[in-house]
Amino acid sequence: MISLTVNGQPQQLDVAPEMPLLWAIREPIGLTGTKYGCGIAQCGACTVHLDGAPVRSCIIPMSAAAGKKVTTIEGLDPKSEHPLQRAWIEEQVPQCGYCQSGQIMSAAALLAQKPTPTDADIDAAMAGNICRCGTYQRVRAAIHRAAAMKRGGAR
Amino acid sequence: MTATSVTRRAMLTGGVALGAGLVLGFRLPLDAAAQTAGVFEPNQWLRIDRDGIVTITSSVPEMGQGSMTTMPMVIADELDADWSKIKVEQAPANPKLYANPVTGAQAYGGSRGVRDHLALWRKSAAAARQMLREAAAKEWNVPETEVETEPGVVIHRPSGRTLLYGQLVDKAAQLPVPQNPTLKRKEQFRYMGKEGAAARLDVPMKVDGKAVYGMDVKLPGLLVASIERCPVFGGTVQSFDATAAKAVKGVRQVVKVTNGVAVVADTTWAALNGRRALKVTWDEGPNASLSTARIEHEYARLITQPGKVAKKTGDAEAALAGAGTIIEATYQVPFLEHACMEPMNATAHVTADACHVWAPTQNPGGSQATAARLTGLPVERVSVTTTLLGGGFGRRGEIDFITDAVETSKAAGAPVKVVWTREDDIQHGFYRPATYNVFRAAVDGKGQPAAWFNRIVGGGILIQKGRAPANTVDGAAVSGAADLPYDIPNLQVEWVEKDWGVPLGFWRSVGSSQNAFITESFIDELAHAAKADPYEYRRALLGKAPRHKAVLELAASKAGWGSALPAGVGRGIAVAFSYGSYAAHVAEVSVAPDGGVRVRRIVCAIDCGFPVNLDQIRAQMEGGAVYALTAALYGKITLDHGRVQQSNFHDYPMLRIAEMPKVETHIIDSGEAPGGLGEPGVPPVAPAVTNAIFALTGKRIRTLPIEQALLTS
Repeated sequence: MISLTVNGQPQQLDVAPEMPLLWAIREPIGLTGTKYGCGIAQCGACTVHLDGAPVRSCIIPMSAAAGKKVTTIEGLDPKSEHPLQRAWIEEQVPQCGYCQSGQIMSAAALLAQKPTPTDADIDAAMAGNICRCGTYQRVRAAIHRAAAMKRGGAR
Repeated sequence: MTATSVTRRAMLTGGVALGAGLVLGFRLPLDAAAQTAGVFEPNQWLRIDRDGIVTITSSVPEMGQGSMTTMPMVIADELDADWSKIKVEQAPANPKLYANPVTGAQAYGGSRGVRDHLALWRKSAAAARQMLREAAAKEWNVPETEVETEPGVVIHRPSGRTLLYGQLVDKAAQLPVPQNPTLKRKEQFRYMGKEGAAARLDVPMKVDGKAVYGMDVKLPGLLVASIERCPVFGGTVQSFDATAAKAVKGVRQVVKVTNGVAVVADTTWAALNGRRALKVTWDEGPNASLSTARIEHEYARLITQPGKVAKKTGDAEAALAGAGTIIEATYQVPFLEHACMEPMNATAHVTADACHVWAPTQNPGGSQATAARLTGLPVERVSVTTTLLGGGFGRRGEIDFITDAVETSKAAGAPVKVVWTREDDIQHGFYRPATYNVFRAAVDGKGQPAAWFNRIVGGGILIQKGRAPANTVDGAAVSGAADLPYDIPNLQVEWVEKDWGVPLGFWRSVGSSQNAFITESFIDELAHAAKADPYEYRRALLGKAPRHKAVLELAASKAGWGSALPAGVGRGIAVAFSYGSYAAHVAEVSVAPDGGVRVRRIVCAIDCGFPVNLDQIRAQMEGGAVYALTAALYGKITLDHGRVQQSNFHDYPMLRIAEMPKVETHIIDSGEAPGGLGEPGVPPVAPAVTNAIFALTGKRIRTLPIEQALLTS
């Protein structure tokens, strides 16, 4: 049994210690917003927060997640109203959308560290997230918009 | 969109006879048994309930292009519906109701969503609006001509009376469906062509993890399978030893299927572990020695052979043999894989008397037919739920992953999801053909082209798939080359077919993706040889191609063509027609001392006829630019010992956010018939970039991807 907390809920899972966190989140726990894209930490579709830090859950073994707090896209905001989620809607960012959970989780970690990110900060923080539909221009605009919302006193 | 609602629709509309109604998309005669009380459903595209909720059934799979929003925009506009009351669901596989009216197939590629359906959808919704007006006129006992609509409501202005659509559904449902309803005039549109009129309906569920892709399908008792496939195309299973695989915890069964050996397990992780333990001996077949080196060597030989003539105007050979200066060049492009973000997958549940498929597919009709063939069931017993697609780009029109799921479920006797790894995806794709191309042009004393000869060597997608006759010119191989827009008196385009047994597929913009690169590069070579401005040189030759000329002029003007650039920045231009639309791009590019190419800005002009969804036109141009730049800068699938050498994003890299240029899109409303948008934003991008590199460095890129080593300074 491996214990961890996912989106505030304690979980006890009978899984192998080498099983990647990604597959534990998606299958036994059943939260499918976190995506498989490459399995080798190259695309960022599986990005979640582990004790607040952005990680590629496809290469984090359950043994390394044991006892820690995991936040997935489903747990980012109880009403799906995180400034980034609102900004993503306002900028009409997603196309196919498959990479977007990972994009938003990487962006959320960035804003938690740097409330007013520069373009260079965005380039660095988002470098690990591939989007094949080509939404990068809107991802950048939405991050700046969300940062402005936060500065403006919005949630 | 939920699986249950789709299933209900599948049953509701499954067996309705259509007759002549198919052409208009109406279900005629109305089948009383299929009418639900309190629901007005004049045809297969929309229904309205007593609460005024308008549920629209979208036949075009949502693969990112915005079909789940643009199709409802068209319906809502002609229906005069309140956008806040719109719901959308994805159509079940049922070609009798939902086939593309132009192609006759319930399959979606070729940027055909809006352009093939606009007239049909408008008419279908206009008929519903007319019936609602008629129902209200009867209710009020006034002439129908006095009755108007505002979003979601019918109004009789002389008396000030109103009825909500939801209040009229029972009466409207009793009326005959008009076959020639009056359409709105363009100036009456509320949503189509209007800035900010309709936000994407699928975006909220794509920002909080609720969106359901094929990978996310959940069913009671669902098993997951991973398939070991022969590393060589066309190879087959000789034997396999499943002992170790079956010993892996969670593995249930190991079964042989058409595409390899499937390890069926309780979870994805167990299936992947079981597959690692599986031992398969392959008969690699005749392609086991295939290599990129051999292909390139053979192409260089074949380019000297005469090809089949795809286009002939005047006498290019005679003109080339005559006087004037001859300019020659050779261009090469590689195989490419689509790399959808969501790897291929599908779920099937095959029982003795039914089959259900859940799949992220561009081809619901083909999926249904395939499942029927594999199970021996009649198509009416096969239902297909199209989930959201994590990218399509042409890859998901194929049915190989449907075959995987249906065969594995049938063999396992359980519902099974077959999940591909990224490695499976890159190494078992349907590739954009690699081609080798030669040009010869004869130019006069002023540098004007008197003759243009172009020979292309490569595979034919349509011929390989049996969709075009053998020994003909494959239309997909020469599109964008045979239809050269420039007014050149002597023109000959030839194609030499060479099929290597590498599976070929439709890669976003297909032949135009590479033929725009080669033709728009070579015309640039002619312009520079004539010491002419590349924009003006093209423009002068586009006298017979006014829509090409218009987008070229707009892109040049918006980009400030001819204005000064910062030091170290070059500018290039290109124009192309594809899939019903005209696009021109100007790229601003810098090159680092190490040869690294940085695309800073792309200005795009697009003429897609009547522009329906403005923001999604921009989105498709932004996306087309990224897709094309990834290919131009990085894209190359190579083979050795019959095997694809790339496996994942570390060796088949994708453009990332830091490399994203600023993309500016300018839309021309030409008033012409609607054109496509998913593909037309791709073709001019690579040549605009390489032409900019030439303008900056004097170095002509004739092979993709761009080789950095050639550009070091």
